[in-house]
Amino acid sequence: MSLILDHVNYIYGDDTALAVHALKDVSLVIPDGQFIGLIGHTGSGKSTLAQHLNGLIKPTGGSIYFNGEDIHADDYDKKKLRSKVGLVFQYPEHQLFEVDVFTDVCFGPKNLGLSKKETELRAYAALKQVGLEDEYFYQSPFDLSGGQKRRVAIAGVLAMKPDILVLDEPTAGLDPKGRDEILDQIAKLKEETGITVILVSHSMEDIAKYVERIIVMNQGAVLYDDVPKEVFKHYKELEQVGLAAPQVTYIMEALREKGLPVAADVTTIEQAKQEILRVIGK
Amino acid sequence: MVIKMGIIKTDKLVFEYIRRDEEGNVEGITRAVDEVDIDVKQGDFVAILGHNGSGKSTLAKHINAILYPTEGTVWVDGMDTREEKDLWNIRQEAGMVFQNPDNQIIGQIVEEDVGFGPENMGVPTEEIWQRVEESLKAVGMYEFRKHSPNKLSGGQKQRVSIAGVIAMHPKCIILDEPTAMLDPNGRKEVVRAIRALNDVEGITVVLITHYMEEIIHANKVFVMDQGRIAMEGTPREIFSQVERLKELRLDVPQVTLLAYELKKSGLNLPDGILTIDEFTQALLNSLEQENKK
Amino acid sequence: MIREITLGQYYQTDSVIHKLDPRVKLVATICFIISLFVVQNWLGYVVAAVFLAVAIKLSKVPFKFMVKGMRAIVFILMITVVFNLFLTPGEALVSVWKLTITREGAETAAMMAIRLSFLIIGSSVMTLTTTPNSLTDGMEKLMNPLKAVKVPVHEVAMMMSIALRFIPILLEETDKIMKAQIARGADFESGNLIKKAKAMVPLLVPLFISAFRRANDLAMAMEARCYRGGDHRTKMKPLQYQKRDGIAYLVLVGYLAVCVGMNYVM
Repeated sequence: MSLILDHVNYIYGDDTALAVHALKDVSLVIPDGQFIGLIGHTGSGKSTLAQHLNGLIKPTGGSIYFNGEDIHADDYDKKKLRSKVGLVFQYPEHQLFEVDVFTDVCFGPKNLGLSKKETELRAYAALKQVGLEDEYFYQSPFDLSGGQKRRVAIAGVLAMKPDILVLDEPTAGLDPKGRDEILDQIAKLKEETGITVILVSHSMEDIAKYVERIIVMNQGAVLYDDVPKEVFKHYKELEQVGLAAPQVTYIMEALREKGLPVAADVTTIEQAKQEILRVIGK
Repeated sequence: MVIKMGIIKTDKLVFEYIRRDEEGNVEGITRAVDEVDIDVKQGDFVAILGHNGSGKSTLAKHINAILYPTEGTVWVDGMDTREEKDLWNIRQEAGMVFQNPDNQIIGQIVEEDVGFGPENMGVPTEEIWQRVEESLKAVGMYEFRKHSPNKLSGGQKQRVSIAGVIAMHPKCIILDEPTAMLDPNGRKEVVRAIRALNDVEGITVVLITHYMEEIIHANKVFVMDQGRIAMEGTPREIFSQVERLKELRLDVPQVTLLAYELKKSGLNLPDGILTIDEFTQALLNSLEQENKK
Repeated sequence: MIREITLGQYYQTDSVIHKLDPRVKLVATICFIISLFVVQNWLGYVVAAVFLAVAIKLSKVPFKFMVKGMRAIVFILMITVVFNLFLTPGEALVSVWKLTITREGAETAAMMAIRLSFLIIGSSVMTLTTTPNSLTDGMEKLMNPLKAVKVPVHEVAMMMSIALRFIPILLEETDKIMKAQIARGADFESGNLIKKAKAMVPLLVPLFISAFRRANDLAMAMEARCYRGGDHRTKMKPLQYQKRDGIAYLVLVGYLAVCVGMNYVM
């Protein structure tokens, strides 16, 4: 089970003078069960890439294979693909429309043609997975707080039981605690179900804290594809493309400049703390 | 009445609204702002922090007379916001920038949007052009004056919105989470523009946010929770209380958190470290002292 | 892609017609349309054609952009022509089965075709050379006298310009919500009409909610910037007639006089 992008290109406005080469020769392998961070500044092609993964956008060149099958083959069932590769857009709460939370979450599984019982079981399980309490199930989604709405929207995608979950900036606009809660929930979900998670984010701190692999996009092409430690070693190059490393990486760099022999490839607070304590012999 | 007061002052400000269910029956009363006293001096850079739903936006809307107090009073430059005759003066003196960059730009061309406020105030045409030019230059958007707002990035749109407020020549500017919908680069652009306003133009700034790194340059920080002022002080005083901030659903920059964690492990470091330079200096100092012993 | 639709079809270039006051262009367009219905003989149409050709030449807009507007009305044009061709009584020219083309019919059909195409091309000259914004400004100023009879002229103009600003934003939003629902297995394409209409609910409800939220935000932002209707307001770009506008009006009067005159020549 895996998703493979083979030399994917995407050009839009092809027939006009304003053609934009949004993806340039992107080749990636996304195996089962990875927690991947997808980063890049606004306009780097990361959202376009995310929309390729479930077939919303068809590449103008190259192919995408899900479990070995070309997803743009004529006889390929797109609907099934979309249930297997769940895509949560930015500000997903803007897509809520049903009279109550539970019915809204049922929308996805219902579209898959599942029985009423199965649909409801999945909706219930999905709402539990995002940590929403039962008391909200029959309220109008529009009466909930921002963080709760977002959970409902994520549950709406989870209810389709995807193998791969792609989240485009799931924490945008939330306060720090709300942000941590959502990300912790996603990490827990990944832990329990073994689902593949692709997290699109602007926060290097969040990326460093959760993911095991980072894909950096720049001008439509893959710039780096490695473990966080290795990617953030290139913090100078990242800055040139409008990104940065987590603040701890800069702290360690500053300490090294002052002559403290700490390791430079530190990406989380916990690692930094251990490293400093180790070096000063405590 | 000759009481010396700041440009913005609230006295036991309370704002309540009635919650209704679907049939319109009263379900209860929510106190969004609860006995808030703040006093902002001319030229200050004040930050108001708080998690979503803490009442900070409701408080902000009182300063621009979009909302009126249920109890208590709000004064802007000595004018009571409930006085109808001062309404337009208050809105001109206390300009406001909102969260969503798309929903506050009215003009179809950047310069026309910036001119919207002065047009409403009845400023003569020639002066409008002057003000538009100055304001766009102040936020570094002058070269985009002929562009359509739809083609700008989020950070650029917010800078246009700020220019739109400056063109009204306000004494203070209230920014209600202006960076919440922006990417990190857009946030930096906007914060830089806000700081310049305060430093160069001397405009009083009230910045409402939940991004901690944006408040480091503030003179004073208020932290709100459940409609009340839960903490108050300089950024350093606020950042010294890591545990308390976490209780209030907030966090601190990584450098502050790292210093706090190291201190818990027995290192001799001061509270409320704000920058990387401070951190390295403090760490080296503490190591030196250890060695002397 | 849906976001590439742009409203209005302003063609950016520097020409005399572009520089004219929008009021002149509005009045001229109206006069031109009236003239098309005033003239009753071929000579009149020749005059109209010359007038239009000169305006197009002066506008520096490539002719193919003018013709683009025609595509939308090709169907209407055909129907009009066919109806006039066969249903006008008179001297028979050709007779096929039960259908008869009369001399009068052919003449009316040709005139109608010319009228409609001139009308569309004439209006495109205006929209291609005037930004939507200055068009609304021009309309506001022209309709100002209607204020006396309590027509909310300023409000209507303000609404039009806000609509123009938000249409691209809402189109983009439609695109986004549509994709989000497709990602949840929604199907907007297959099924019969009722099924398709039903499928629109998950798109329309969020779209309406978003439009209302935006309207609310915008109203608040406008109030915060001291907006209180059209009174007391000054203009950043007030409309002021220049010398060329006066000349344009004179040309226009001359044109109308010639058009009316043509009716008596033949």
